[in-house]
Amino acid sequence: MSTAALERLAGLLPPERLLRRPVELAAYESDGLTAFRTRPLAVALPETEDEVVTLVRHCLEWKMPFVARGSGTSLSGGSLPIAGGVVIALNRLNRILKLDPRQRIAVVQPGVVNTQVTQAARPFGLHYAPDPSSQSICTIGGNVAFNSGGAHCLKYGMTSNHVLGIKAVLATGEVVSWGGQSRESTGPDWCGLFTGNEGLFGIALEITLQLLPLAECFHTVLAGYRTLEEAGDAVSAVIASGLLPGAIEIMDALALAAAQAAVHADYPEGCEAVLIVELEGPREVVAFERGKLDAILEASHPIEMRPARDAEERLAIWKGRKSAFSAVGRLSPDFIVQDGVVPRRRLGEALRRIAEMSRETGIRVANVFHAGDGNLHPLILFDGRESGALHRAEELAGRILKMCVAMGGSITGEHGIGVEKREFLGEMFTSDEIDCMQRLRSAHDPFGIANPGKMFPGKEAPALSHVGLHPLEKAGLISRE
Amino acid sequence: MTPATLSELREAVLSAPRVLAVGAETKPRLSAVVGAEKICTRHLRGILEYEAAEFTFTALAGTPLSEVVSTLAEHGQYLPFDPMLVDAGSTLGGMVASGLSGPGRFRFGGVRDFILGVRFVDGRGRLMRLGGKVVKNAAGFDVPKFLVGSLGRFGAIGEVTFKVFPAPESQLTLKIPATEDTIATVGNSRWAPDAVDVLPGGEWLLVRLAGPGSALEGLAEEILNQFPGEIIGNTIWEDLREFRWATGSGLLVKTAITPDRVLEFPAAHVSCGGNVAYSPALPLTGLTLRGDTPLWIGGRNRFALEAAVKHALDPEGRFPTLDD
Repeated sequence: MSTAALERLAGLLPPERLLRRPVELAAYESDGLTAFRTRPLAVALPETEDEVVTLVRHCLEWKMPFVARGSGTSLSGGSLPIAGGVVIALNRLNRILKLDPRQRIAVVQPGVVNTQVTQAARPFGLHYAPDPSSQSICTIGGNVAFNSGGAHCLKYGMTSNHVLGIKAVLATGEVVSWGGQSRESTGPDWCGLFTGNEGLFGIALEITLQLLPLAECFHTVLAGYRTLEEAGDAVSAVIASGLLPGAIEIMDALALAAAQAAVHADYPEGCEAVLIVELEGPREVVAFERGKLDAILEASHPIEMRPARDAEERLAIWKGRKSAFSAVGRLSPDFIVQDGVVPRRRLGEALRRIAEMSRETGIRVANVFHAGDGNLHPLILFDGRESGALHRAEELAGRILKMCVAMGGSITGEHGIGVEKREFLGEMFTSDEIDCMQRLRSAHDPFGIANPGKMFPGKEAPALSHVGLHPLEKAGLISRE
Repeated sequence: MTPATLSELREAVLSAPRVLAVGAETKPRLSAVVGAEKICTRHLRGILEYEAAEFTFTALAGTPLSEVVSTLAEHGQYLPFDPMLVDAGSTLGGMVASGLSGPGRFRFGGVRDFILGVRFVDGRGRLMRLGGKVVKNAAGFDVPKFLVGSLGRFGAIGEVTFKVFPAPESQLTLKIPATEDTIATVGNSRWAPDAVDVLPGGEWLLVRLAGPGSALEGLAEEILNQFPGEIIGNTIWEDLREFRWATGSGLLVKTAITPDRVLEFPAAHVSCGGNVAYSPALPLTGLTLRGDTPLWIGGRNRFALEAAVKHALDPEGRFPTLDD
């Protein structure tokens, strides 16, 4: 089957846009979850929406699995290729088709990079709110497929909350258009259902995004604490005060050490945890709220409080925070990152238990997390050259995920299930619920050709290998979060 | 049928060949279906979990919005999208199924943006929970969002979990002349308005500011320096929320629009910064909430996937379709 299918596929694109040689395919074997790799049969590089539709319809005709891919930054293995399948790489569909500052919307192709939207919108005083840490390289198509998050989700939500319209080709070959340029809609929320489908429904061809006015003013404070628990208590106090910060982040001692080593971030002496809180809004509002926030933080017994005095200091605080993940790469040859969620009030307990598990297993775990929404990011350090180390790290990761579910949380806040957490889907959902999702999947993809082997448990596992940091991560271009 | 528990809701769904769950029927056209047995959720009522510190609550579908709104207010919290028809008796489930958000949708998003999880009964009588109970969750398909605006045609909603926000300390309402330019300028400004609505008649724009009282006065002054207008009382939002202005014909149609089309809807309450019109007269397109006009005025978007998803959730056609 695959030879004939591949021959026909070769007729659909010029030869330079259908990669088939092993050396060309190597770059596509893995994504942000570097522990997995699979060689696809071919990589197609379409340049137009019509070409994407043609490719999907070809895959349908030949029952050939396909994986849509943007920049391959998925942390759950969502863009891991399928053996015997084709990767449809969408990076060349990278045009911003429309940017309307009056209606505050942008219509983009899936290969447009996240920050490019904000860059294009900035001259009009606007921005695109979702800001995953890989935002300088990850694409909107990937953000839509995985409903990506970022540091500002408590206040502004995830990708889905900013998608107004989607034109997509489904795995049935049907081209659909949902929503549009209005912030409102009537009828079921098809865009909402599609966003976060993890590539199991089809491929988005055009995405209409809402843009928000840039906040006029920020107040960003970094506070150092003697213990993680004290930092956690400070978060509770901020939340209880009725403030709604744009971001509330915590880094633990190991993450701080990494950020210090990597970007020479400077943190208060002797602190075991750093809390970052950011307020934003019109200057009059921030002026008032900052007094309130500073008083709360001062009462929370920090070792030191450092409010950013200007835009540069604010950026430095965020640089340390956003570099923490790749920085951890300096502490350990390998790490895996989880993104389970716990109810915020149980954050302290969750961190204590993670520390216990770390002590018990002798595996180092660094924590950098979105404290405002209970979204943990334990970085589990290991050395893949040691036999069984990856397996032990994965086991620990699994225990952490189960703990999140037992606490009433979720196995993933923003990275998605992908190939990595599919065996844990059953921890959160009953067999009826999984069956329901599978039926929905079949409605979009009756032959199971769109990203098969992801999200749902029980499919054949791809080859697991250890390979260290992603090349882009080593170059400091992206970070895992 | 008036189930009082989720298992009774399940039994109710299976008890007749064709059923439709309804709340208080404050948007009566949405459930005006011939031949469907109505399952009334009024006894399926109560807030089950509310952790103010988590910014979340979970409640049964038949819980009146008035109960939700007042319970949240006791803890200084709110649903930022201003649920509609609260005094009229609307229920939480009805709000989700109708997908109706109020003026506050402008700033932080609508029903779809605050729903986190749902328990519902599908057409085969399976009671399922999809989504989650925490403010951030990316596990599985986002069925809770899909059910927003689904009009009960794909399942009977039994319980929902929502995200909430701390309520602003105070609000201040300005009334200025409405033009397309004003809507864009105000919506795009540093003032971060909470709501931007055009009053029926098309002449006046309401701008609501929300936040610490001391800050709002300065912002209001700056806006009034730029546009002629005045500060008015906040109670006008209650009138809009309850559609008290829409007496007369009894017709009420929701149309999703873009701000450049505001002038086409002079008789309507145009909400959410020019993104939705509630018309008391027949528009070219829209969803009828009240009145005898067809459910979908001017047709609706159609695609083959809809039937496939309907079949996935309701293979026997126990719930009506979007066309019934």
